[in-house]
Amino acid sequence: MQRYDRQIRLEGFGEEKQRQLGASSALVIGAGGLGVPVLQYLTAMGIGKVGIVEQDNVSITNLQRQVIYTMEDEGKPKLQAAVKRLQQLNPEVDFVQHPDFLMPGNALDVIAPYDIVIDCTDNFGTRYLVNDACVILNKPFIYGAIYKYEGQVSVFNYKGSATYRCLFPEAPQAGDMLNCSEIGVLGVLPGIVGTYQANEAVKVLCGIGVPLANQLLTIDTLYNTHHIFEVKPVPGNHSIEALLPDYEQGLCNTRSVQSLSVQQLQQWLDTGKQFRLLDVREMDEWEICHIPQASHIPMRAVMNALPQLQLSPGTPVVILCHHGMRSLMVAQQLAAAGFDAVYNVEGGIHAWAQEIDEEMMTY
Amino acid sequence: MKVLLFGIAKDIAGAPVIQVDTPVTQVAGLREYLYGRYPRLRELRSCMIAVNKVYAADGDALQPGDEIAVIPPVSGG
Repeated sequence: MQRYDRQIRLEGFGEEKQRQLGASSALVIGAGGLGVPVLQYLTAMGIGKVGIVEQDNVSITNLQRQVIYTMEDEGKPKLQAAVKRLQQLNPEVDFVQHPDFLMPGNALDVIAPYDIVIDCTDNFGTRYLVNDACVILNKPFIYGAIYKYEGQVSVFNYKGSATYRCLFPEAPQAGDMLNCSEIGVLGVLPGIVGTYQANEAVKVLCGIGVPLANQLLTIDTLYNTHHIFEVKPVPGNHSIEALLPDYEQGLCNTRSVQSLSVQQLQQWLDTGKQFRLLDVREMDEWEICHIPQASHIPMRAVMNALPQLQLSPGTPVVILCHHGMRSLMVAQQLAAAGFDAVYNVEGGIHAWAQEIDEEMMTY
Repeated sequence: MKVLLFGIAKDIAGAPVIQVDTPVTQVAGLREYLYGRYPRLRELRSCMIAVNKVYAADGDALQPGDEIAVIPPVSGG
């Protein structure tokens, strides 16, 4: 208990709350910008058990904000790298690794054993899935999200408090300007918002202070403005009985989009197959690396540029981005717009660089 | 009436705060006014509006001195 001396001395916390924290568990969904500070502080402060859901590998572009990872972790699974460092920080904590994406098929089983959930995800689909699963299982969850220089924090579904759907009833649509645009972030912002989430988690687990239940905290780090908005539970949002079959599909229709591996793409290019390859990344990304046969058009511009692109409905259209998420959105929009041979390159140009063209620059 | 804009609503309007001088008496009317002034706001299917720091439904009434906040969802993490 010596490592917790400063918390035990703290009026209003003390030995009793420290024991309570040590007997509690949290599931952290996502070990990225928000998840890293949450994991570091919960571990350091002495939570009993922490589960981590994470599937991604460490990339060099993570390091400016995901400060648990180092250069030597590049390319390795985040989960493995994070748990190694967290164990060094505090071996008394029980770490449970969930090397999966949270999906409708596993969400209830993954979440069920934990006292609370901390939503550190980076996309709307998973946020709505976390909400619905936590409502079904009656678990409080600590929400944090960021956009440019702004953050939002709240405690949802805590003793009947408002849920995510009480604030934002419907998920944004496919290819919505809000989703997956990789718009950039200053390194400290997820640190600030994630640290707020860790603080709220400890308050809920130990029963101290007033958690942000029925409240939305917004933080603007450029102008140092903080607001707390009062929200009310909306009747009906606590009576979810089952998860939706597909939360990605709640965002967008994936049925008519087919996947193309980078190996298949190489084969198509080598055999001179008739198709169009659209790279929907931003210009600065295109300048770092691209496939010579691709046409460049940023994601947000695609739908307005359809006439100029002169895509013919019978010719396959293959969409490429960095990791395969933005391209999926664009592919879904094209499919929805009536193109019937739309392909999404799985893993994006990153996979191409790793598996096909080893000399290609990565980022 | 002062309207604070957050997240992408701030980008769409190009300012963190706008002034609305058109008389609107209900949240729904304010939404329509904002959609007219900034058509891209309509693309946000869920966008929370708060009046004097309290979540407001479309049917809620507005008074001339009210402070409004337009808060779109954000997904970054």
